[in-house]
Amino acid sequence: MWRQVLALVIKELLAVLRDAKSRAVLIGPPLIQLIVFGYAATFDLNHVPMAIYNQDPSQASRELVAHFAGSPTFHVVAMLGSERPIDNLIDSRQVQLVLVIDRRFTRDLLAHQPAPVQAIVDGRNSNTALLIEGYANTILTNFALNWDAAHGGPAPSAVLDLRALYNPTLSSRWFIVPGIVALLTQVVTLLVVGLSVARERETGTFDQLLVTPMRPVDILLGKGLPGLLIGTVEASVIIVAAVFWFDIPLRGGLLPLYLGLLLFVIAVSGIGLMISSLVSTQQQALLGAFLFMVPSIILSGFATPIANMPVWVQDLTLINPMRYFLVIVRGVFLQGADIGSLTSQYWPMATIGAVNLVAAAWLFRRRTI
Amino acid sequence: MNQVAFRRLRGLLRKEFLQIWRDPSALAIAFLLPAVLLLIFGYGVSLDARNVPLALVVQRPGALAASFTSAFARSPYFRPRAFLDIQQAERAMQAREVKGVVWLPSDFARRAEHGGNSPIGVIVNGVDANDARLIEGYVQQVWATWLTAEARAQGQASPTPLSAQPRVRFNPAVSSRNYLVPGLIAVIMTLTGALLTALVIAREWERGTMEALMVTRVAMREILLAKLVPYFLLGMGGMAASVAMAVLLFGVPLVGAWWVLAGASALFMLAALGMGLLISSFARNQFVAGQIAIIVTFLPAFLLSGFVFDIGSMPRVVQWITHVVAARYFVAILQSVFLAGDVWSVILPNALALAVMAVLFLGLARAVFHRRLD
Amino acid sequence: MPPGVDPPEAEPAPALRCVDVRRSFRIGKRVVVALDGINVEARRGGVTGLIGPDAAGKTTLMRLAAGLLLPDSGRIEVLGIDVARDPLAVQARVGYMPQHFGLYEDLSVRENLDLYADLQGVAPAERPARYAELLHMTGLGPFTGRMAGRLSGGMKQKLGLACTLVQPPELLLLDEPTVGVDPVSRRELWQIIDHLTRGLRTTVLFSTAYLDEAERCDTVLLLHEGKLLGSGPPREISGAMEGRSFHAVASLGRRQLQERLASLPWVMDAVIQSGGVRVVTATRTAPDPASVWPPVPDLRFTPVPARFEDGFVARLNDTMGRTAPSSPASAEGGLRAALPPPAQDGEVIVVEHLTRRFGDFTAVDDISFGVRRGEIFGLLGANGAGKSTTFRMLCGLLPPTSGRLRVAGFDLRTAAAPVRGRIGYMAQKFSLYGDLSVAQNLRFFASAYRLRGARRAERIAWASEEFELAPMQDATARDLPLGFKQRLALACALMHEPEILFLDEPTSGVDPLGRREFWRRINGLAELGVTVLVTTHFMEEAEYCDRLAIMAQGRVLSAGTPEAIKATARTASRPDPTMEDAFIAVIEAADNRGLAA
Repeated sequence: MWRQVLALVIKELLAVLRDAKSRAVLIGPPLIQLIVFGYAATFDLNHVPMAIYNQDPSQASRELVAHFAGSPTFHVVAMLGSERPIDNLIDSRQVQLVLVIDRRFTRDLLAHQPAPVQAIVDGRNSNTALLIEGYANTILTNFALNWDAAHGGPAPSAVLDLRALYNPTLSSRWFIVPGIVALLTQVVTLLVVGLSVARERETGTFDQLLVTPMRPVDILLGKGLPGLLIGTVEASVIIVAAVFWFDIPLRGGLLPLYLGLLLFVIAVSGIGLMISSLVSTQQQALLGAFLFMVPSIILSGFATPIANMPVWVQDLTLINPMRYFLVIVRGVFLQGADIGSLTSQYWPMATIGAVNLVAAAWLFRRRTI
Repeated sequence: MNQVAFRRLRGLLRKEFLQIWRDPSALAIAFLLPAVLLLIFGYGVSLDARNVPLALVVQRPGALAASFTSAFARSPYFRPRAFLDIQQAERAMQAREVKGVVWLPSDFARRAEHGGNSPIGVIVNGVDANDARLIEGYVQQVWATWLTAEARAQGQASPTPLSAQPRVRFNPAVSSRNYLVPGLIAVIMTLTGALLTALVIAREWERGTMEALMVTRVAMREILLAKLVPYFLLGMGGMAASVAMAVLLFGVPLVGAWWVLAGASALFMLAALGMGLLISSFARNQFVAGQIAIIVTFLPAFLLSGFVFDIGSMPRVVQWITHVVAARYFVAILQSVFLAGDVWSVILPNALALAVMAVLFLGLARAVFHRRLD
Repeated sequence: MPPGVDPPEAEPAPALRCVDVRRSFRIGKRVVVALDGINVEARRGGVTGLIGPDAAGKTTLMRLAAGLLLPDSGRIEVLGIDVARDPLAVQARVGYMPQHFGLYEDLSVRENLDLYADLQGVAPAERPARYAELLHMTGLGPFTGRMAGRLSGGMKQKLGLACTLVQPPELLLLDEPTVGVDPVSRRELWQIIDHLTRGLRTTVLFSTAYLDEAERCDTVLLLHEGKLLGSGPPREISGAMEGRSFHAVASLGRRQLQERLASLPWVMDAVIQSGGVRVVTATRTAPDPASVWPPVPDLRFTPVPARFEDGFVARLNDTMGRTAPSSPASAEGGLRAALPPPAQDGEVIVVEHLTRRFGDFTAVDDISFGVRRGEIFGLLGANGAGKSTTFRMLCGLLPPTSGRLRVAGFDLRTAAAPVRGRIGYMAQKFSLYGDLSVAQNLRFFASAYRLRGARRAERIAWASEEFELAPMQDATARDLPLGFKQRLALACALMHEPEILFLDEPTSGVDPLGRREFWRRINGLAELGVTVLVTTHFMEEAEYCDRLAIMAQGRVLSAGTPEAIKATARTASRPDPTMEDAFIAVIEAADNRGLAA
């Protein structure tokens, strides 16, 4: 029994590794995605082009301008002499922020009145707009508090002492790269498992397999285990790259991480096997994998928080294994989470995995026997 | 064009339309897939935090602390939960029950009354950096508003000597859906233009019909033209359906003129069709054509077009690469036309880039397609 | 002289002239030479047959002639025009039907015709008359509204032909138009071709892997592995074999007789036919029954006319320096000695009222037959006749809609896994794991069939020796020549010494020598008591079976020994019908019954 499964696993691995095209699928897209996501997918802002219209040339306003010019977030590309070009600059996307310093700026500042400053932001990308607003506010507040303190103004009754836990510099990369572990593990496992039966159906070897004394469950295991193995290896490679290339801190232990990985890969293999048993060509398998993958990635919290979705969509994400694994990867990497604190993530994934495997076995039997 | 050539082209066109009509998968890629993508994105992707669960730790209750916490309770951004000590709040954050902690130490009121600058601890969960940054911004807003109100209530001068008045052009509600949904149209049109076209031509290679066509008197340009026209119309149809869905279902404003949108879409569609034709000239089975189309057109349209991730924030090298991604120019036009209106300083250069790419890809496709199998 | 214009009053330029044509393809890292220096000339008028097994280079030559490929070197002229220089001028004067007919399956018959009429520039005014003529010729008149994808193989073939004929071409290129088509449609196609060549003076270039079609051509070009083996009228090629072909009968079983005769040094070829053995001698001397040693009782030789295939086999032997393995290391070597002796009573495969429907389409319609132990049973029919569906049901790969079937006393669908260890299965197209090496394939199937330890090693060693796979054992299966693939597939199917062997089109595309070697092994197995169920569309292979069933449209039209089936087609004008005659007679009889009903 186990010998047959083992023989099938070895055959599967040989088939994947001996074929240049399959090897390319295992190496190419993951590499591209790691690079693209690791470098291009960022919400961090730097060198945001901005313009300043200073209507109040004074010591104070020059100091404020210097605060912006010195910030790594902003890049002052123009000092305006009038109000007219403002709209055009923003509309044509030459700048994303225009700071208008009012004529009464110094006067009000000296009188300890709220001095008016206007920040005009390009709202076409709402996320960037909100972040720019936030950065600008921080600079303005810091400047104001410093200036007031230096000029004997009344101190505010309370000040904020902001601190970000787990990711002190709030770097997007720390968020995205551990997510890629989950993303690529899913892609590779799904493709390896989902395409393998279809490939055999296309070449006709699947019939050959079915007439051997192998039972459907042997075939199922023989088809699922290689995906498990390859998915785990692929994930390990990315974990190593995350730690040593992207310098993401791995604060937790490997045990909670790999326990989650194992459950995740089992759940995804189950989906791959279901796709496998439903389709008859590799093309259909690819389409099936694609149709599953796009919603599952979008509704996983990989790029945008699940909490921002409508409630019914949030409920829908509960059946998505990637949702749980993302919490585990990020929890272990950044928060140093242990097995105990992740229990609430393990058991739903284990349940999904079990349901998937049973469903796959049922579909498989129905299609083959 | 003489009559015989015209009849050839008409025959091919009729064949193409009949095939599209009879093949459910073509219509599915052109209309069903866009609808599904729009629904998933429209509902599933949002960067706008609302009702963020926040832990409020008040170690010594008092009038000042109460006024501060009620400011959070009033904010639409937060759903505060009260905690008695900081350890408990941090555990809740560790367990992802709250996304941040605002902490008023036991000497908060005393220090605020004696000299001010009483520190309020704010800890956010930095795992999701973007989310964390937005939450920090919201906390700052609540704090500034509270300070001003508090000062005014006591008849004092404003403690924060600056008032920044934000003005957001084009998307005053700062809704992420308003910028994601228009950008998605570029991705959807890439699917029809490049992926579908590459697939249907690969199918002709696979079934041997291309071979049969080539030995007739039909010219290569006629074969290409007969592929361009129907899929161009199909893509524009998909675009119109997507725009209708965006405006009617998701309430995205369409500020600019529809004809500007249509014109830019037409240019982009031509560039996408050019890519599809080019891919199918060397990828002669549907499996390979599909994979190549996804890797070289779909993924870049998704990731490198500025549709979700701001191009300006990418490393310089990646920014250069985005210049060869046609979707990048189209996304820029889309976001402007939808939210800002007909901003010619954005539309013209980007449209020019699209036109150049359309001519380039179509020209290349014409050059590499010849009446031979090798 | 401008190209394409024949000098007046002179002998017209040949339909096809190849001068030292060479063409190779790159498949992955390998370079495959499809055509290796071909020099040939085909005259105008009549049918020129391009004949050879798979991978002979037929399709490449067709595509070169149609201007779809350029040669690596050499020169091809079609109708006197250099194809490489002016493909458009050639394409304006030829009609080309690619393999699988180049039809749009989601367009109707009428729409396909309209499309090609538009493309070929047929004026609308001429169309009604032209369509009427084509539809009458092809018999497609009643089906103009049907989607091409829903036509039968024979009708697709005729529609493909009609589409290439909307504008009458001077030269018609037909690339394997008869693959997978039933004999009736094949005969009808030949009638159309006769009409074209005799009546309309069209020149036809026709490629095929069926050697029996050669005899209908006016000239043949014999291709094998990219080389030209010979050319000329088919009579010339078979004529050389005249006086060397005999029909042998004896009181011995015909399989033993064949085995004995094939091992004689003066016998070049021996195949089972009509209850006896057809023998081709190495020289033109009448064989003497007395010279057969050890003696065969009641052995008699009767001279028979030479066939085209005899000439082809002889040329293969000469040119390629290959000989049919005189004495195949017999399959018995490794087979289980404990197999029960051929029992007369037991039917190992029983099929009763078997039916299979797919939606409203009935693929297999209430068929019944039985196969005895040690028998070779054939299922004969065209693509879509239902033989593959029957086959898959027997192997337990597909559930029947109704009816009963038993294989070795079990229904393989519900039988426990070990029962499946008693059957061997060889799928169509020699399905192997293409990415794995020969040795890896053997090892995998050994494990899949639950062999282990010393037994596993022994069987693997047996397979590589018996099938001469040892020199190729590290080669990737995908890259093997077709003959090797066939041997490896059979080796894998025999790994566990099955009692029953299922073979699905085991010889398609393989050259005649490879086919003979394969059948010799199968005969050896049958002699040992292995039951063999085989599907084929080669009519002459039907002769090798002990009994066979002819299938069409999901039904068994006739079943029995090859002789009995042929006897039903015997008429006064046709005293000695071939299997193909019998097949056609059976189908026509069924059609008449259908009309009567």
